[in-house]
Amino acid sequence: MAISRETVINLVLALLLLAIPFAAIQFGNPFYVTLATRMAILGLAAVGLNIALGLGGLVSFGHAAFFGVGGYAAGILASHAFSAQPLDFGILSVPGTTLMPIIWLVALGAGGLLAAGIGVISLRTSGVYFIMITLAFAQMTFYFAISWPAYGGEDGLSIIVRNSFPGVNTMVPLNYFLICYAVLMVALLVSAFIRDSRFGAALQAARQNEVRVASVGIAPFRIRLVAFVISGMITALAGALYADLNRFVSPSMLSWHMSGEFIVLIILGGVGRLYGPVAGAMLYVMFEFLLGGFTERWQLFLGLALLGVVLFARGGMLGLLAGKARHG
Amino acid sequence: MQIALFTEQILNGLQLGVMLFLMAAGLTLIFGVMGLINLAHGSLYMVGAFACAAVAAATGSFWLGLVASLAAAAAAGAIVEILVIRRLYEREHLDQVLATFALILVFSEGTRWLFGSFPLYLDIPVLLQGTVPLPGGSRYQLYRLAIIGVGIAVAVGLFLLISRTRLGMRIRAGESDREMIGALGVDIRTLYTVVFALGAALAGLAGAMVGALQSVQVGMGEPVLILAFVVIVIGGIGSIKGALVGALLVGLVDTMGRFLLPQVFGIFMDPSQAGLVGGALASMLIYIVMAVILAVRPQGLFPAMKG
Repeated sequence: MAISRETVINLVLALLLLAIPFAAIQFGNPFYVTLATRMAILGLAAVGLNIALGLGGLVSFGHAAFFGVGGYAAGILASHAFSAQPLDFGILSVPGTTLMPIIWLVALGAGGLLAAGIGVISLRTSGVYFIMITLAFAQMTFYFAISWPAYGGEDGLSIIVRNSFPGVNTMVPLNYFLICYAVLMVALLVSAFIRDSRFGAALQAARQNEVRVASVGIAPFRIRLVAFVISGMITALAGALYADLNRFVSPSMLSWHMSGEFIVLIILGGVGRLYGPVAGAMLYVMFEFLLGGFTERWQLFLGLALLGVVLFARGGMLGLLAGKARHG
Repeated sequence: MQIALFTEQILNGLQLGVMLFLMAAGLTLIFGVMGLINLAHGSLYMVGAFACAAVAAATGSFWLGLVASLAAAAAAGAIVEILVIRRLYEREHLDQVLATFALILVFSEGTRWLFGSFPLYLDIPVLLQGTVPLPGGSRYQLYRLAIIGVGIAVAVGLFLLISRTRLGMRIRAGESDREMIGALGVDIRTLYTVVFALGAALAGLAGAMVGALQSVQVGMGEPVLILAFVVIVIGGIGSIKGALVGALLVGLVDTMGRFLLPQVFGIFMDPSQAGLVGGALASMLIYIVMAVILAVRPQGLFPAMKG
């Protein structure tokens, strides 16, 4: 079996990301470990979005909602564990926890539920309506987080000690990077599996020609809804990791700039490409860091660079490096 | 007293609605004619507010500032259309979202560069200072009433422009078949620039008028932009009538929700708890209304002729 150029580039990207923190420690610059962790987490969030956007053609401008919900899942569970007050749901009261695996499950569940709710309504529409409605729903969660004072409201919620993972000291930056990297790799495997499955084929076909898919007896709505839910779950998981990276959750994780950033990551890397989100996140974080050190006005240059990519360099970084995506 | 407060809140809702209409009208016009989703519309609102504040501060006249806001927003709109937007009409929505998102970053950082990070302040013009009595004994700001008046005038003017003038005829023709009017000898490129500048000027006007009520700062356009999206989604994208109805609905529902919900919950909860639940629910109310309307009518209340 011939190995395509894209596979080689994907492998290089994966190894490069893994190498950054080790090189950083080698050269006595441990700050870059955090930078690499940021790349992995933002990449993970964009891998989630890419399932809806890249494979399904569902341009969601509201994925910050899932990212934020995952973040709040981590923050709320940790704060309850810390104060030893159980979460009270009326008939059922649940203790908080600082165990990452449990937090991740809760984040996946909460993200999936929210995505199902938003998806059921938003997916009745398409095109520009879908973009605006997902944006509006994300904005709804944003305002809810601001106006609900129990968990910090506008000020956000601190996670006093980073949550724990059995057998690993998560306070060591390199360890935490490796956890995030491992989660990212699993998500990429899931993403590749979905892309190549029967389900993924139907999803991509629904993007290309909805009428034909419907005429062979596949209901696009249900397929899209499932894809949207999976997409939201992965982004929510990224949110939980992000909260633990910063040890802080705030409504800004839910803001529409965040949603825009996720789309930017995917476009920078290459829409619908397996490693597009990873490439995009690596480029974006690097760009932000380099320009941020160089000028306070880095957003201006980011905006101009982005305009250039959209207008003149379609296909993103992987499009430039690996050529056009193969349709098959 | 209760009646007076109620009237006041209704007027506040109308004022918000009218302002949203100025934003939404431009957005929906641009989408209807060019098929473009423009996230940078909020930036044009900001440009209008900054132009008004800067000129008013330099000349001492709010009215000159208002003229400047129209001119600056229209000019910014035209320049952006010619340089960037024009290349996006044939592209998919994803590219449009991204390019106009990039424009927001450029506009916001650029404005911060020019004017600094501190907010500017704009005074209400002397002519419109003061209050007018309301039935029930309280008084209402004259300036806010003037905004409602301007909004109604713009709505009427826009209706006449589109239904009675040659330009309006071309706009309607452009909505239904852009290739055909091109073949009939209408200069579509110029028409598109004019429509975009018109939408931008309306956003600039809204920014300038609101600038005297709030502080003028970078990022002021974004919350308004998202509300305007809700408006045109409710009203039906591409429909001016839908924008008007949607804007008034959103303005009234948002304002009255914030005013009434805490009181409603106060009937069966203790006041602090009621304020909390009511306030949180009120902040989500327009989105819930939007969801309900879309569940019943996915194309909005007044769907435009074509998708």
